[in-house]
Amino acid sequence: MSKEIRFTDETMALVQKMIKRYPEGKHKSALIPMLHLAQMEFDGWLDSPVMDYVASILKIQSIEVYEVASFYSMFNLKPVGKCLIEVCRTGPCWLLGAEDLVKHIEKNLKIKDGETTPDGMFTLKTVECLAACGTAPVIQVGETYHENMTCESVDLLLGEYKIKDARKTHYDIKHISIK
Amino acid sequence: MLLENINVPGIETLSVYRANGGYKALEKALKMQQSEVVDEVKKSGLRGRGGAGFPTGMKWGFIAKPEGVPRHLVCNADESEPGTFKDRYLMQHNPHLLIEGMILSSYALGANTSYIYIRGELLYVYHILEKAIQAAYDAGFLGDNILGSGFNLNLYCHLGAGAYICGEETALIESLEGKRGNPRIKPPFPAVSGVWGRPTVVNNVETIAATVPIINMGAEEYAKIGVGKSTGTKLISACGHINNPGVYEIELGLSCEEFLFDDKYCGGIKNGKKFKAVVAGGSSVPILPADLFLKTAKGEPRLMSYESLSDGGFISGTMLGSGGFIVLDETASIVKNLWNFTRFYHHESCGQCSPCREGTGWMEKILNRILEGKGKQTDIDLLFDIQSKIDGKTICPLGEAAAWPVASAIRHFRKEFEEYVNKPEEIVDVKHYYAVNNLQQSAK
Repeated sequence: MSKEIRFTDETMALVQKMIKRYPEGKHKSALIPMLHLAQMEFDGWLDSPVMDYVASILKIQSIEVYEVASFYSMFNLKPVGKCLIEVCRTGPCWLLGAEDLVKHIEKNLKIKDGETTPDGMFTLKTVECLAACGTAPVIQVGETYHENMTCESVDLLLGEYKIKDARKTHYDIKHISIK
Repeated sequence: MLLENINVPGIETLSVYRANGGYKALEKALKMQQSEVVDEVKKSGLRGRGGAGFPTGMKWGFIAKPEGVPRHLVCNADESEPGTFKDRYLMQHNPHLLIEGMILSSYALGANTSYIYIRGELLYVYHILEKAIQAAYDAGFLGDNILGSGFNLNLYCHLGAGAYICGEETALIESLEGKRGNPRIKPPFPAVSGVWGRPTVVNNVETIAATVPIINMGAEEYAKIGVGKSTGTKLISACGHINNPGVYEIELGLSCEEFLFDDKYCGGIKNGKKFKAVVAGGSSVPILPADLFLKTAKGEPRLMSYESLSDGGFISGTMLGSGGFIVLDETASIVKNLWNFTRFYHHESCGQCSPCREGTGWMEKILNRILEGKGKQTDIDLLFDIQSKIDGKTICPLGEAAAWPVASAIRHFRKEFEEYVNKPEEIVDVKHYYAVNNLQQSAK
């Protein structure tokens, strides 16, 4: 990564607000929310220079960031496509056809679970329970839940994301509100 | 009571919430002594709605009060138990109910900074909460000197990032401190040393929300609802092979049969299929075959209550748990369903304790082998043996949560496992969808 890693002033202001939510000296608590911001701002994943940058802001060791980033499944440690398709694979979603949805997407995009299309547009990721079992099966793209999915509605969804810039929609920094 | 106003248009806004009686409980609580609020919750018989069912008032009573040390209330909104989606529903549609509950509960505990730990996937709900919290600040329900009572409270949301284990209260505390979600060894309990080493109470969303009707109606009235030690109402999130999936608020003690078959609730099994089994309280609780769900081993009608669902222990009973109610019809494969849950626990094990870290992986591999038609007769006993060596031998209850589904599936559906092992060709042919021919358990 050649470009300089730096939060925009706007994001930096959010980070400062975030840190103030925790008692003095306990600013490490802001780490996980901050990693979300970093992931949104830096292409949807956490490269190690990005994590080092986060560590420098919080004045903690880089390893403290790495060990956290690698623990939580929402943090991507490899590059992802503009549009990250997360298909719930657990319990009720599985009972109601999540496996078929995954196969359908794999066929449609010619990628396997965890892979990214060559054009860098889509990444497919199966995830555990998204707490939307009543409207299973469920697919999450960005912060949006797409519920009661079928192979037909998956096709429509993929088509929709092909024509709009998914990153602009879903990694928009204004989408994290911090008062 | 919790879902009473959920369909009122605009209930997510402060003005509509107030117009429907919102923040009355807070006004009432702030005029009471802090200890009186705790006593009310004790008297109400409210039990933790996240899954464990521990008496809330008693938990509050344990909080240490060392001089000069701040205390904290943390709301557990990390809802991740498969089958459970009640908290998401409540927060999304009626955020002020949770916020009001947080303020009055913080007052009762003497906490001046409280947090709502919400799972990262629910970013859109986080925004709803942030907006509602800001409205509460603007109206003077949060901040300094709330409603002139002299009580100060700051309330913040904290985003998680995808880890089932963070629903365990000490893992949640670790996560709130910006660390990996590794559960802590207890004691010390969070009530003595929780977040940043300070006395902390962690309560589920529904538990906190329930304090609002308790203060509004009074503990005595609340305790009249329900049955025995299961007082009040419970949110049940129903899903799987049923006609009406969704979140229902039931009076504890409702008959299981009515809940499953009545059109007011689940509305029976989808597509006219037969009812095979149910996981009644989230993926962690023992699975029950149809007949044992509808009637206890003693032949008494089973009720949706803490006591009735656990009647018969783990031999013939289950648990109310989180209220994640997953129904399986006759076409569902118990073995593959179990494999799916076991993969989940393997994926979500934090890795601290070897029995859970290794055992969940072994169980997943064995189940995989059985599903591929390469299982051996001895695999069934091996599975049972492994789960018995995880159960009770880990720091946190994730070990039990992974073990109980295995034990109960084998206990109640051993025949199905044997068929997978003995006649793999037939099973593989139907791609794991296993129609049960001689379904002894079939009720209705």
